[in-house]
Amino acid sequence: MRGAKILVESLKRAEVKYIFGVQGGAAMPIFDDLYDAEGLKLIPMRHEQGAAHAADGYARATGKVGVTLATSGPGATNLVTGIATAHMDSIPMVAITGQVPTYLMGNDAFQECDILGITRPICKHSYLIKSSDEVADVVAEAFHVAATGKPGPVVIDFAKDAQIQESAFYYPESVNIRSYNPTVVGHPGQIKKAMDLINRAEKPMIYAGGGVTLANAHEELRHFTSKTGIPITVTLMGLGAFPETDPLAMRMPGMHGSCCANYAFSDADLVIAIGARFDDRVTGNLERFSQKSKKIHIDIDPSSIGKNVTVDIPIVGDAKNILRDMNKLAQPAQIEPWMQQIREWQKKYPFEYRQNGDRVMPQYVIEQVYDLFPDAVVTADVGQHQMWAAQYFKYTEHRQWLNSGGLGTMGFSLPATIGAQLGRPDKTLVNINGDGSFIMNIQELVPAVTMKLPLKIFIINNMYLGMVRQWQEMFFQKRYSAVDYHDNPDFAKLAEGFGATGIRVERPEEVRPALEQAQKIEDGPVVIDFIVDEEENVFPMVPSGAGLDEVIRGLA
Amino acid sequence: MAIQKSDSHILSVLVNNRFGVLARVAGLFSGRNFNIDSLSVAETDDPEVSHMTIVTHGEAQIIEQIEKQLNRLIDVIKVRDLTAEHHVERELALVKVDCDTSERAEILQIVDIFRAKTVDVTPTNLTIEVTGDEGKIRALLDMLHPYGIKQIVKTGKIAIIRGEIRTRNG
Repeated sequence: MRGAKILVESLKRAEVKYIFGVQGGAAMPIFDDLYDAEGLKLIPMRHEQGAAHAADGYARATGKVGVTLATSGPGATNLVTGIATAHMDSIPMVAITGQVPTYLMGNDAFQECDILGITRPICKHSYLIKSSDEVADVVAEAFHVAATGKPGPVVIDFAKDAQIQESAFYYPESVNIRSYNPTVVGHPGQIKKAMDLINRAEKPMIYAGGGVTLANAHEELRHFTSKTGIPITVTLMGLGAFPETDPLAMRMPGMHGSCCANYAFSDADLVIAIGARFDDRVTGNLERFSQKSKKIHIDIDPSSIGKNVTVDIPIVGDAKNILRDMNKLAQPAQIEPWMQQIREWQKKYPFEYRQNGDRVMPQYVIEQVYDLFPDAVVTADVGQHQMWAAQYFKYTEHRQWLNSGGLGTMGFSLPATIGAQLGRPDKTLVNINGDGSFIMNIQELVPAVTMKLPLKIFIINNMYLGMVRQWQEMFFQKRYSAVDYHDNPDFAKLAEGFGATGIRVERPEEVRPALEQAQKIEDGPVVIDFIVDEEENVFPMVPSGAGLDEVIRGLA
Repeated sequence: MAIQKSDSHILSVLVNNRFGVLARVAGLFSGRNFNIDSLSVAETDDPEVSHMTIVTHGEAQIIEQIEKQLNRLIDVIKVRDLTAEHHVERELALVKVDCDTSERAEILQIVDIFRAKTVDVTPTNLTIEVTGDEGKIRALLDMLHPYGIKQIVKTGKIAIIRGEIRTRNG
């Protein structure tokens, strides 16, 4: 069997259902063997970045490893942003690139580049296949590494001569890497100590992040919260891990988080961090961050612990296992005065906005989307619309919210929505996008139309690169350098040109009927271009470098 | 005279002897803004395993991060900070010194005192091999300086724990 065929057979053994790719010279034998592969569907995308994000979206929506495939040189470099996006958010992914034949490597051959060198700092691990003998072992290892421990992207660079070289096919039954043994079970002594601290705390809070979702620990988290009655804030990456509709939910923390969550950090005497990494967008100024609290930090990655804040009780391991162990020792917390304070903040500082004349307010659009599509899986891009989508939609389900949190990659969401829809055909997929980010990977409307995917694509169009414009308004004397997007095309017409349904909304009373119309379209994507109030800002806001208690609730 | 940095640490790192591992380790240091003061690598008695001795410096929290980040690399088998343990450290230097016949005896005497070795000699220069810790090598170089040092090549530090070793590649 030739190397390319061994790759395809190995991918099947790894239970891959979809592979998102773009064709090209150094990967032709692989595409050739995918042409009639059974049980493994090739999804041709229109740009390698889109292919990588689609694989990523599939992984986020399902928890399975996403797979992307590109050719050497420019095909491979186009994957880079997608690989880095997955890396920052610890998304399991395998990225396969064709490489020039081994006898040309290093000679500056046509479409040659050192993709392993380029991707080394942005992937969990990488492999070069120079012989067809190695293929099956490499694939098995790559999937194991991508999916276990702290997940992440793995790059496989596959030389073209090895793709056509013949070898016997043998897929390993198990993988054992001597140098890779992630800790998954929490230390019982540490768990005991943590529970003692939790039971003694007067002002405890849970700070849960994307690690809870990655570990599929959402049920254990809900169990822990309901058993103890400790209030909880869930980060942007963790939304969906705990229902935002629950009375204990303080909503998202950080730069554009709720005042309740941010004030709670400042006042708490105990912070229980679960699969969260004290990112700068959450903590604000570290010198001022949650100074009165002790910290328990549960994380599968030891290097996350103690990186940004000093931790009193570190627990290394898988969040699901550790929460299960903690639940055995959990008891109702006696924290009524603290809860009174929390309830007061929740009541006093909800996310809110002011109607501006007869403009369509972006927050209103999100509220209406939530009202009509409460169970949808929501993907968001990066910018103001992302924050509003996090604030005004209340996520209640595991893996209901997908976004590029760590790298903040504009252009992520449209291809990610395609991958997510293929992974979750049972769900409605709502993509909340921005006018700046939508156009960054707009070409991926093509495969969405071709596959007749019923994606609901809602553009919050303020004719600006809105988040940057907001910073310019607040910190750069309104010098709107390179953010004016009034030369945007008519996105509704553009969508029609792609063969999707396009709707343009300019008035508040048109919002709901348009969404209702979108709800009914089942045979392909619909794009609604919501022309919203141009200079609306995202609040609350903790300015960069300020402490969480210095939050700006709104402009006077 | 260069004094060893007070926050200097010697890390003993066992890695898979594979393509790209050195680049991963070096890239980790540069990408995360850590310092490498010296690095030496060689195969162990097991051809599948290499040993790296990395000398770095930084506050305790930084060193802890370096160890943790090294451990995150799939090809890293084991990381051990030898600084606080009883260990032996050595460096090897080759030094080429200007030396005419009138100075040769004098220089050979210095070589002898430092228990160094002469490995090459020409009418105009002398090449010396010296092994020792950083202080000894520095002291020899100070002694040779007045004669004119033409070139120095050093290995970087290697180190090993004193006494028994628990595993084969400990």
